[in-house]
Formats: sequence, C-alpha cells, structure tokens
Amino acid sequence: MSPEKMVHMANQIATFFRSQRGDDQAERVAAHLRDYWEPRMREQLKEYVAKGGEQLDALVIEASRQL
Amino acid sequence: MKDFIIPFDERDMGTPSRTGAPVSLTIDGISVSVPEGSSVMRAAAEAGIKVPKLCATDSVEAFGSCRLCVVEIEGRRGTPASCTTPVAPGMVVRTQNDRLRKLRRGVMELYISDHPLDCLTCAANGDCELQDMAGAVGLRDVRYEAPQSGGLASHFTARDNSGQANPQWIPKDESNPYFTYDPSKCIVCSRCVRACEEVQGTFALTIEGRGFDSRVSFGAKSDNALASDCVSCGACVQVCPTATLQEKSMIELGTPTRSVVTTCAYCGVGCSFKAELNGDQLVRMVPWKHGKANRGHSCVKGRFAYGYAHHPERILKPMIRERITDPWREVEWDEAIGFAATRLRALQEKHGRKSVGVITSSRCTNEETYLVQKLARAVFGNNNTDTCARVCHSPTGYGLGQTFGTSAGTQDFDSVEHTDVAIIIGANPTDGHPVFASRLKKRLRTGARLIVIDPRRIDLVRSAHVEAAHHLPLRPGTNVAVLSALAHVIVTEGLVDEAFIRERCDYDEYLAYAEFISDPRHSPEATEALTGVKAADLRAAARLFASGGNGAIYYGLGVTEHSQGSTTVMAIANLAMLTGNIGRPGVGVNPLRGQNNVQGACDMGSFPHELPGYRHVKNSEVREIYERLWGVSIDPEPGLRIPNMLDAAVDGSFKGLYCQGEDILQSDPDTKHVAAGLAAMECVIVHDLFLNETANYAHVFLPGSTFLEKDGTFTNAERRINRVRRVMAPLNGFGDWEITQMLANAMGARWHYTHPAQIMEEIAATTPSFAGVDYALLEEKGSVQWPCNDSAPEGTPLMHVDGFMRGKGRLMITEYVPTDERTGPRFPLLLTTGRILSQYNVGAQTRRTANVVWHQEDVLEIHPHDAETRGINEGDWVKIASRSGETALRAHLTDRVSPGVVYTTFHHPDTQANVVTTDFSDWATNCPEYKVTAVQVSLSNGPSDWQEEYADLAARARRIMPAAE
Repeated sequence: MSPEKMVHMANQIATFFRSQRGDDQAERVAAHLRDYWEPRMREQLKEYVAKGGEQLDALVIEASRQL
Repeated sequence: MKDFIIPFDERDMGTPSRTGAPVSLTIDGISVSVPEGSSVMRAAAEAGIKVPKLCATDSVEAFGSCRLCVVEIEGRRGTPASCTTPVAPGMVVRTQNDRLRKLRRGVMELYISDHPLDCLTCAANGDCELQDMAGAVGLRDVRYEAPQSGGLASHFTARDNSGQANPQWIPKDESNPYFTYDPSKCIVCSRCVRACEEVQGTFALTIEGRGFDSRVSFGAKSDNALASDCVSCGACVQVCPTATLQEKSMIELGTPTRSVVTTCAYCGVGCSFKAELNGDQLVRMVPWKHGKANRGHSCVKGRFAYGYAHHPERILKPMIRERITDPWREVEWDEAIGFAATRLRALQEKHGRKSVGVITSSRCTNEETYLVQKLARAVFGNNNTDTCARVCHSPTGYGLGQTFGTSAGTQDFDSVEHTDVAIIIGANPTDGHPVFASRLKKRLRTGARLIVIDPRRIDLVRSAHVEAAHHLPLRPGTNVAVLSALAHVIVTEGLVDEAFIRERCDYDEYLAYAEFISDPRHSPEATEALTGVKAADLRAAARLFASGGNGAIYYGLGVTEHSQGSTTVMAIANLAMLTGNIGRPGVGVNPLRGQNNVQGACDMGSFPHELPGYRHVKNSEVREIYERLWGVSIDPEPGLRIPNMLDAAVDGSFKGLYCQGEDILQSDPDTKHVAAGLAAMECVIVHDLFLNETANYAHVFLPGSTFLEKDGTFTNAERRINRVRRVMAPLNGFGDWEITQMLANAMGARWHYTHPAQIMEEIAATTPSFAGVDYALLEEKGSVQWPCNDSAPEGTPLMHVDGFMRGKGRLMITEYVPTDERTGPRFPLLLTTGRILSQYNVGAQTRRTANVVWHQEDVLEIHPHDAETRGINEGDWVKIASRSGETALRAHLTDRVSPGVVYTTFHHPDTQANVVTTDFSDWATNCPEYKVTAVQVSLSNGPSDWQEEYADLAARARRIMPAAE
C-alpha cells in the first residue's frame, strides 16, 4: 500500500482513540492495529516508523513500538 | 429432494386478524372463539366454514361491497355482510339457508351478466375466485342478455350486438412488463385499490366514476400502468380475484400445479415467497403470507425479476485461460477445478501461504459462505477471507460490537407496528428495502411520526399520505455532527431516560459521555454551519425522538460508508440508549442490510479477523474448536481485508483470489485501483452467474447457481434464518457449495458434504448463537432468529431485552472528525451514491430482466442552480470528475438534492460510478467512503475516453473460444 494511504489510515485510528477517555490511547491504537491489520501491514508501518515516520500521528508512532 | 410440504394454514380468512379478548359465538351450530374485533367472516373461517365472498381478502380491511358474504344473525334484522360485521358475545349466525342462497345467486347472476364467459381460455382458469364463487353459490343460469338490437351496455365486449363501438369497453393495458390489466374482466371489487393503499402504500390505483361507470384506474386519464405511480410490487395482482390483473408469466405458461417456499435473493428484508411451478418450470413467485419478514408482501424485484436465471448471457460451462488477454476456453469441471487448484498451490509455494485469499458473497447462502471462509482457513491456511459486507455494513459490526456487544439489528420487522417515532438515517427504504418501507408507511398512516436524516429528499419525506415530521438535509459527511447535536439536545434539555441508563448502562461511561456531549461545540447552533441543518429543526427533532413514545432508528449505508462510519453507528447506539429505546417492541437500532445475506455472511466468519459467531481469531479457545474439528492449525493473526488484498496485490505479495458471487470491479471504490490489483494477480477465480466486470481480469470462471437451484439458508436484517429451497435443478450442474467443495478437495481437503443441512450442523456445533439451528427446526417454524440455543430454543425476536450482550451498554465518545475528502476550487461539489427500486446492486441480475424498463442507465441528479451555472440542461451528457477518475452520464435536474450535492446510482457498468469514488475509508473497518466524493461536473459530448477504452477491454476480455470437438 502506498505510504500516504497507510499514514492516512493509521492517523484516522489515532484520531478516534485520542478522543476517548483514559490515558491508554497508545495501547488502544496498538490493540486495534493488532486486531485488524494483517501482519504485512503492521510490518510496513513499523518499517515506516523506523525510517522516521513522516506525517504519522505521534500516537501511531507510540503504538507502533508496542506492536 | 422432496417438495416442501407447507404445514401452514394457507386459507384466505377473509379479513385481517385481530388481537383482543376472546369472544365466543355460534356459527351454523359450531361454537367458535375469536379475538374481539374479528369479523363474522373470519370467525366462520376459524370454524372451518367458508362464507362465499368476492371483495374480501385477509390482506386488506373489509369493504362490504360485493354482498356475497351475507349471513343471518339471530335477533338482527336483514342479512348483514359477514366481512364488515364484528363478532359479539353469544351471537348465533347462519351462513346457509334458502334465503341466503337465493340472495347470493342473485348477486352472482348480476356479476356474471357483465363478465365474459371465456373461462376455458382465460389465464385465471383454475385460479379465479369469481369462477369458484359461481360454483359455490350454485349459479346455473344468467337471465340477463344483451338484445340483438344493441343498447344494453356491458364492459367486456368491444362492440355491442348492433355493431356499435361500446364506449364502456377499455382495451387491455399491457404496458407493465410483468402483468396486464384487462378492464373487461374487472368486477370492481376494489381489492387492488385497497392493496395498493393498505399493503403497499403507494396509492397508484383508484376507482374512477360512479355506479355502472366505476372503473379501476391508474390515476390520471392519460396514465397506463407503466406511466403511473405504480411501483409494480404485485400486491394488486396478488389480491385480484379474476384475470383482470394477471401475471404475464401465467398467461404464457398456464396455471402452476405445485409450489415450494423459498427466500428472495435480493435485499436484506429477506421476503418469503412461494415459487409456483409446473414441473421444474417456474411460473410465478408469490409472496408467502406466513413469511415473517414480509407478511405476504413483495416488491418488483423479488416478485418479478427472476428471469436472469434463464438469461442467454448466463455462463453454464467452466472456462479457463492462461492470461487475461487470451479468449476464454470452455472446459470440463475437472479441468477447471484442477487448473485453479494447481495454480493456487503453486502461488502459495512460490509466494507464501498468505499470498492467496477468498471473497465470500452476501448473495450466497450461509452454508456456501461458511465453506468459502473454511476454504481459506482450513485449506489455504490463512485468514485472507473477506466479504462484500466490508464495503457496506462492516462499521455496523464494529460500532454495535463496541456499544451493545454484538453485531446485529435489535428488532424484528414486526416491531415497526409498535413504533411511535422512527428515525431513518442514511437509508432510502422505498427504493432499497421496499417491503420494509411499506410496513413503515402503514404505521406512519396510523399516527407514528418520522424524522428523516438524509442529504436527499427521499420519497419518505413526502409522498402519498406520508410526511416526515422533520427532514434534516445534512451535508454529506456530517452524520456524527448531526447525531451528536441530537444527543446534545437530549442531554442538556434533561430528556435522558435516567432510569434506563442507571439500570442498563455503564454509568461511569455515561457520566463521561454526558460531560463530553454537553459541551456547547456539539449544540445544534454550533454545528449548523458545517452540517447545513437548521438548529431549530434539529432541536425539535431531538425533542420529538426523546419524548414521542417508542423510538426506533433504521439506518443504511448512508451511515456506514463514511470515514466515520463506525463512529456514526456508535452515535446511533448512544442515541438509543440515552432515550431508553432498547429491549422492547417498537424501538431499537436496526441496520437495513443491503443484500439478502449480509447478516449471514458476517455471522459465518467471513471477516479476516473473526471466526463464525464474531469471535476474534486471536482467541485460542475459539481456534481450538475449529482446529479439533478440521484437523488443521488456524492462523492467530488477522488476514487481509478486500482493500488490503488489492493493495498487497499491487505490492506483489498477494497473487491469487477466489471470488464467489461478487463483482468487486464494479462495486468497490476507485475502480482503477481495483483493476490494477486484479491485473497484478496471477490467478483470479470468479465464481458467478455471468461474466461480470471482475471476470475481465479472471483466469478461471466457475459458473454459479441461482438461489432457485440450491438448498441453504439466508439470514436477513432481523437475524432471521430463512430456508432457501431448491426449486429446479442447477443449469450449471452444481450448487455453489458443491463447487467450493470440489475446489477444496482438489487442494487436498477431504470434505464429504452431501447436503447443505450437514454444513448447518457443523455451524450449529461450533457457533454458540446458532447452536439450536437445524433444518428440522426451520421446517417446523418456518424461520428462526439467532441467537437460537438452549436459552432461546425458538430464537430471539428482540435482543438486549433484560441486559446487553456485553453486560452493561456502553456509551461511546463520538467526536466529529471531518472527512479529508473536501470540496475545493477543482472539485466544488459533493457526490453521494445510492440505489433505485428496480435495480439491485451492480445490476448483474436486474439488468438482465425487464426491470430495465424503469432504469436503463445511471443518471446524475443535480440541483437546477448547480446545473444552470454550468450550462447543463435536462438529459445532457455530463462529465463527472474526481481526483480518482472521471466518467460521463446524463444529467437529471431535480431539487431532491441540495445545491452543492450531486447523486447517482451504480447499477450499470457502462457508467462505472466507482471510477470516481476514492480510496478513503472508515477509520475502524476500511469500509469505503462511497457517500462523499468531491467532484466537478461539466458538459460532455458523450462517454469519457476511459469508458470507451474499458468497453473495448471488456469486449475483448469476454471472448469465448468454443470447446474443441
């Protein structure tokens, strides 16, 4: 998938969980990615984060470390 | 297979049933007890006595016009009509004696004096109530004859006996493709007029003139059946006692001699039909009165649009080809299956276990869907299974799962009879779910009120005898803002059902939600500028919903197919919980499912993260159930969803796809991306009735069977599991479940299913919510709604009655996030898409029926203001362009859409509306954002270059080489 599309999708997820209460938003983003993103997609995300994670929501970057 | 013997009482009881305290009376010496308010005619029928009748039938209220059903009642004067006389305690009724017989014969004689005596050649011969009643009353003779000199008028001869043209004679109206209206056979019983009004709610028919001049009419003088408001639902044909309104198929094929009860394969209402046959020749489909979803009603699709089963374009032989640029080669089943199996296994060896996947179909049965996901999980060894529900109701699964604990509508369709205020949001039931719409309209006519939340002025906003109390014409993409504003009003104005929240919901979550939603940024006044909905209207709608009695919410794809689809579903669930509208008749959250078996496809584990029954693959105890039964190990990681499969294909890691009963090229968004994904695959297996658009990119074509040709079950929008019964042998040779089994076995599985009932046994044995389901129960009950297990052995009409599936209901924070699909100078308009009554989904079936007479092409609805500034006139060819692509179609100017919004349907591949839609999707589920695309519209000379190139490609891709001799 194109990096732009991946970033868009991941940031959408972060935007939702940021709006939820509690202080475990990153964990919940990570849980959502584990539950619904196929390993290839999570791998692509992790690689992208390793290369700097440009344009990614900070919550996604934090979540990706838990994957 | 034996014919299904109908164990239900099929008699016409004469007048509708009533509920009430029992009333006892005596009819012809037989004691009978019936509910208060029942007619004497119905009481007689309950006692097994048929009172002769013509104008009465039990699907419409009594009318009392024919006077054939007269009876004597002790202590009362005269001979009252039994259909309009309510029962009373202790009543003593006589239905037969000399006086009554004489009266009835006199009535009948008058009827027959103005009716042609061509019974032997009449299409209704053997199916004519007039004929039956003439027999029942003993009519032996008609004394009234037209004199040779002319002068005595009749309605049925073109010329009178003197040769003069008869002004009372009206020629047959054959304009409707499915039925004829022959005024010469009409007895003016008004059943058709009443059915159109009471059952369908369209009011297309009327009685024109008085006395001898009374005629059934399709409205204005100039209107014929086709030009009128008639929606061709068939209700009038169904009730007509004579050949006046008659199916053309019956005129052609004769009276059917046997019938099989089955389930319609179109929308998610899941209507029950009697397929009436001669041998294996289907004569007509008649809505079954004991069908619990439709209660004897139907729409133009289910009732009439089944001819695609015999369409010449249907493919009946398997076909293969090396490359998609080659012509197709017809082969035997063994070769096609072997070719597919070898290719898939080779791809897995070369590119890994996860390089292939399946797409299950919401148009196939539960049993077929179950086998296709089993093929992925047990034979391919991965979770790459998805279903078209991905692109329609996947957010329902996520949203209702989070709030209530399971993905399902909470009610049955009967529930609408108890609704006081209905919200319809993002759905157009009169077109998409017509039989439900009729049931809703019936309730609206008796006083329920309606709130429509939709960018378009759909028919329910204002049509015959129905007017919405509020229409909130929101800007596409602002559902969450509107629903949050409704909740804001309910919370800040103290309209919350506190008792319900305290008892049934997580109170801490509620307090947090109440604080969130009370913020002034959610007020209708604050959101008006972005939603376009007037604050005062929205406040009034919120107050009505919260305080108007039983409140029910019905929603469709206008809710789910957005970037915030899942959030919108949660907002709907919040609204229902806030107002205490869960857990009893008349209320609830009701997703209207697009296709017949969307619910079932989701239930059956079609999604890549869930095993059947909505259980995540990460749960080892669930995997173990299947691992033990199937003797394989199941991947604990989620698989690829449809859009992810296409992305992975373009990236080169996804190479093979088995696609059953789906046309992803036409139905999925961003057509060019779908085409690129398919073109990148090395083995695409399309299993379908026709060479659909996806098949242009396929290497293997496996011909499918129609719903008429196989056994199985569909699960409709109310979780109702209905039987699909084989009506005729599959023209392609096999039911779809058999074909999937052949493919699985060619890949090394050892499946031995010999009947779909065995597949249902496996489903029941492994899925708690289906534990009590088997074919014997379905035969006995007709249908059941899941959950059906030890705690609900006869199924569950209403969900969450005493508590939510998840325990306490959970109100979710629903922050509005604008979609990134924004209008701007290049693309200043918003496109939203939908469907039309006569067509279904990608149109593969309905376009191959006479339904095209109502909708031959997709058109673009545009507001006259937007058209004027672009120089567009009615019927002009226009180009519609987005950042994804462009296509051309004809414009229709209408103020049903607001300025700034344009609308079209996606039924025709020549238009390919999805060339324009984008790859944006719901944040939680990847359900595409079909309902919001920023576009520009401009005049055009005709089809776009892309359309012409695609038409050329499609023609080349569909070439078939005849099989070698």
